Amino acid sequence: MLLAPAKGVNNSVAGQQLLGWYNKWSDSALPYSNRSGIGQISCKKGLDTKMEGIMKRLLLLGASVSIIAIILITVFIFIKGTPLIAKVGLGDFLFNLDWSPTRGSFGIGTMLAGTCLLTFISLFWAVPLGVAAAVFMAEVAPQRIGNYLGRMVELLAGIPSVVYGFFGLIIIVPFIRIYFGGNGMSLLAGAIVLGIMVLPTIVNISRDAITTVPGDYKTGSLALGATHYQTIARVILPAAKSGIITAIVLGMGRAVGETMAVVMVTGNSTIIPDSILSPMRTMTSSIVLEMGYASGDHQAALFSTGVVLFVFIVVLNLGVNIAAKAGARHAG
Amino acid sequence: MQVKWQERVWTGVFWLSAAFITLILASIIIYIVYRGIRVINLDFIFTAPSRAGKEGGISTAIIGTLYLTVVSLFIAVPIGTATAIYLEEYARKTSRFAYLINITNETLAGIPSIIFGLFGFVFFVVYLRMGWSIISGSMTLALMILPTITRTSQEAIKSVPYEYLENSLALGAGRWQTIRQVIIPSALPGIITGIILSIGRAVGETAAVILTAGSSLNMPMSISDPARSMSVHLYILATEGLSLERAFGTAFLVVVLILIINFAANTTLRRWSESGA
Repeated sequence: MLLAPAKGVNNSVAGQQLLGWYNKWSDSALPYSNRSGIGQISCKKGLDTKMEGIMKRLLLLGASVSIIAIILITVFIFIKGTPLIAKVGLGDFLFNLDWSPTRGSFGIGTMLAGTCLLTFISLFWAVPLGVAAAVFMAEVAPQRIGNYLGRMVELLAGIPSVVYGFFGLIIIVPFIRIYFGGNGMSLLAGAIVLGIMVLPTIVNISRDAITTVPGDYKTGSLALGATHYQTIARVILPAAKSGIITAIVLGMGRAVGETMAVVMVTGNSTIIPDSILSPMRTMTSSIVLEMGYASGDHQAALFSTGVVLFVFIVVLNLGVNIAAKAGARHAG
Repeated sequence: MQVKWQERVWTGVFWLSAAFITLILASIIIYIVYRGIRVINLDFIFTAPSRAGKEGGISTAIIGTLYLTVVSLFIAVPIGTATAIYLEEYARKTSRFAYLINITNETLAGIPSIIFGLFGFVFFVVYLRMGWSIISGSMTLALMILPTITRTSQEAIKSVPYEYLENSLALGAGRWQTIRQVIIPSALPGIITGIILSIGRAVGETAAVILTAGSSLNMPMSISDPARSMSVHLYILATEGLSLERAFGTAFLVVVLILIINFAANTTLRRWSESGA
């Protein structure tokens, strides 16, 4: 490793001294390229080499913050939330339909049903629209229009949920009240607003999945005489299937966790909605609505709701991550 | 012939779906700008709200937003960039530690804001006795924007050509010296884009802020005071039916801020990719 320049230095007494000094201060974990002969120049300042070690440790400390954070989040939410679940019983907590925290009845059945229904209905319209838009951007549109739409979707993702909620409250809720009847604050209003909010996730990830399908697949299919649309339907979409499923799962995570927009437009009654125009409440809404004044077991019950939500989201995300990693390894 | 006909229908469907998404976005922005711009004047921006927000302006909410955003960036930017630098420049890509950090970051990014709110409440507000305050809110927000900053910084550092690193090391610079004087300057526009995007998230966040920073209408004097952000103000004005007019004004300011942030992020990114770094 110590080639021509270093040889010259090593022959002198001063060179030997320098090298020894350098080796003393250098961090043995550093890659060899640092110890190539020319590297000796910087060792004139011992402070610099010391700095190297300090910085490495500082950076490592910074990198550990996210791990510490996730451990703290898990521990604290569980400490606050699980005792009540244990007291009430998991089955009763999840499926009891009576939520009267002031009278000691903690059942989140109505909210669990609300979250599931709302997520399902909003994905029901947002997934086809989002995937169609993704195909449009990746395969159909002229590049300029595709890029332009990409920036639109980015902007859609950047608008805060409270603004969507406000828009829903001012436009969609009155619209439903006038044309479909009922109070307007309903499952339908929530599904419309939430669908808009998960669109960016679905569009972006599906588009990435479609654009990463190898070009050979497409040219091969076209060369066999298939039309462009046959190629999209029979070759590109099947090849991008796992990516599109990831998009849907992540969209689902977003829908389940969304709070402010939902709380503003769904009416928040703790009932199982009997029609699409009926008001309903989700788990997230319940937390943000009641956290401000809850105490004792009531507050603990809101944390228990948080535990259910947290477990659901983390399982969903880890599942996607591990599946993606496994997929990448498989493809590689 | 039948194939031809089908293709035409599908082309229509694709164009319609794109047009529909554009329409949704445009109607939201145009409506809020149209209703909000009439409310905005200097008085609205510079006077404090009175009678729970029914009267007066939103100056305290603007200051609250500013405080929360700046403090959370102060916490999250150093940690996020440090993580990115460590992962890209020190850790072996295949190491279990790097894998663990990557997966925690992705999990952190997927956790809904209400969970961060609950955590911030029980940990910062109650356990660490910080109370409902700007510092509790900012620390919670910092955790929420950490994954964005880490990921964009990682991408920015990754895109710095490997020769830069090699040449600098060959010239005798140490690893940290190289990072400080070569890698970070080249990656800076990418890192800044990440910061700008996180400002957007911090400005718009509501659920976590309401649970950790409170919703006080008083002017915050220090970071240990409670505060109300514009998003929280909008939520309270709209759901409690206090003043629709002021709600539109607040929504207008939030939306315009987000538009500016988005535009700034795009411009930085474009200029950066054009300069060829």
